Amino acid sequence: METFIQVLIDGMLSGMVYALVAAGLCLIWGVMDVINFAHGEYLMVAMYVSYWLGFLANVDPVVSTVAAGAFIFMIGALTYKLIIRFTIGKPGLVALLATFGLAIFLKNLCMNQFSPNFRIMSDTWLSGKTLHVGGLIIALPQLTAAVLALIVVGLLYLLVNSTKFGWAIQATAMDREAAELVGINTERIYILVFGIGGACVGVAGGIMPSYLAVHPEVGSMFGLIAFICVAMGGFGSIPGAFISGLLVGVVEALAGFYIAPVFKYVAVFGLYLAVIFLRPKGIFGW
Amino acid sequence: MDPILKVSNLHSGYDGVPVVFGISLEIMPGELVAIVGANGAGKTTTMKTISGLIHPLSGNISFLGQDVSNLSAHEILKLGISYVPEGRRIFGKLSVRQNMYLGAYTEKSQTEVSRRMDELFEIFPVLRKRAKQVAETLSGGEQQMLAIARGLISKPKLLMLDEMSLGLMPSMVEKMMETVKAVNEAGATVLLVEQMVQEALEIADRGYVIQNGKIILSGQADELLNSEQVRKAYLGM
Repeated sequence: METFIQVLIDGMLSGMVYALVAAGLCLIWGVMDVINFAHGEYLMVAMYVSYWLGFLANVDPVVSTVAAGAFIFMIGALTYKLIIRFTIGKPGLVALLATFGLAIFLKNLCMNQFSPNFRIMSDTWLSGKTLHVGGLIIALPQLTAAVLALIVVGLLYLLVNSTKFGWAIQATAMDREAAELVGINTERIYILVFGIGGACVGVAGGIMPSYLAVHPEVGSMFGLIAFICVAMGGFGSIPGAFISGLLVGVVEALAGFYIAPVFKYVAVFGLYLAVIFLRPKGIFGW
Repeated sequence: MDPILKVSNLHSGYDGVPVVFGISLEIMPGELVAIVGANGAGKTTTMKTISGLIHPLSGNISFLGQDVSNLSAHEILKLGISYVPEGRRIFGKLSVRQNMYLGAYTEKSQTEVSRRMDELFEIFPVLRKRAKQVAETLSGGEQQMLAIARGLISKPKLLMLDEMSLGLMPSMVEKMMETVKAVNEAGATVLLVEQMVQEALEIADRGYVIQNGKIILSGQADELLNSEQVRKAYLGM
């Protein structure tokens, strides 16, 4: 029983980080109908930001996560300005292929500049530290990332649902022309949404090097899992993305422990297929 | 007195395909003007061009003496033109109150927004009752009231209403027309676009008749109502 709870907790901790990555993707997808294939690569770039800040300036990931969030906010806004803007109103495949290209570019740029080597941050504030609760062992780096993720997803939810700016985002998502007609600068909303979606994954990537190795391929799997979470949660639903993020984390941990580590993604994608078969619009979809 | 809105020789359309061929019109402050005509005549295209959703192929639109031809819609709203589009286009998943707040998106003062909202709730009491309800659950008539209220809450100098009678039962149409008249008498300049030619001309001061993207007739509303051409073509008399 204790082992089960331990695995469950580990799963939930990584699930919350998935949830944060997914929430950023979900926001962009829900508002703009754009599938950002470079989302995983945003995460990877954020991890490098955090890694290099640590390596060159001795900044801890707990602090660099803010810088990484801000940096990916700008990358997101730039992605909109330089790429996505030209794909609006064109067939969905255009934006999809464009962001796919951006993903390849970012991955290879980092490969070229930083080599494919795995880079590990040692001697961070949290590295190796654990919390003992009863018989359970909770790794502090993962716990910190999970709590941070929870806070950011919560803030994002409040921003979208309880502020006038958030309503303007929703209005733009529902009917861009009508939003323009009430005086909302929808172009600005699009830029900010892409930026905020990027900032979410940036914060996640910023904290992750305190327990995960950085390399150019690290974002791919996270990007894929984020897609699953968004599709499973219902397109555009932040609570949906959050719940599916947790679910994916838990299923991954349980399958990895009780079946075999190599099967963990089989279980995750199996779960995804099951949900999509039974409820194609996702858990919270409308 | 200078016209509040002056449209000169406007050509407009979609993806370079013209729909409106050289429309000119003028609206004086405080007037209630109706643009009438059959389906597909170019009424909505004209409205969309004035409101900035699409831009003229040629010609000129000036509002309060300023050329607004190439401004985007949110900038034009800030100048004081509020366009209530055809088909209501309310934000269906948001509540009535949220829709109203967004209507006043450009107004920064919270107390001012609340004051205006109370004012509009006096005109449309049913909206106060439905304030917390999600807008898509409202009836057609209620949604139309919400659309008009949302258009009015920004305190526009010019309110443009597009086909607000569409899909409403006749008694509701009458009520809407009375409301528009009341809004106009309270001081707002109104440009009304309607397929319901008679109803629109009955409340309007002046009217323009559009056919195939051109103005074929214009004048005082009662003169238009009595003109042979209008009676034959639109009123079936």
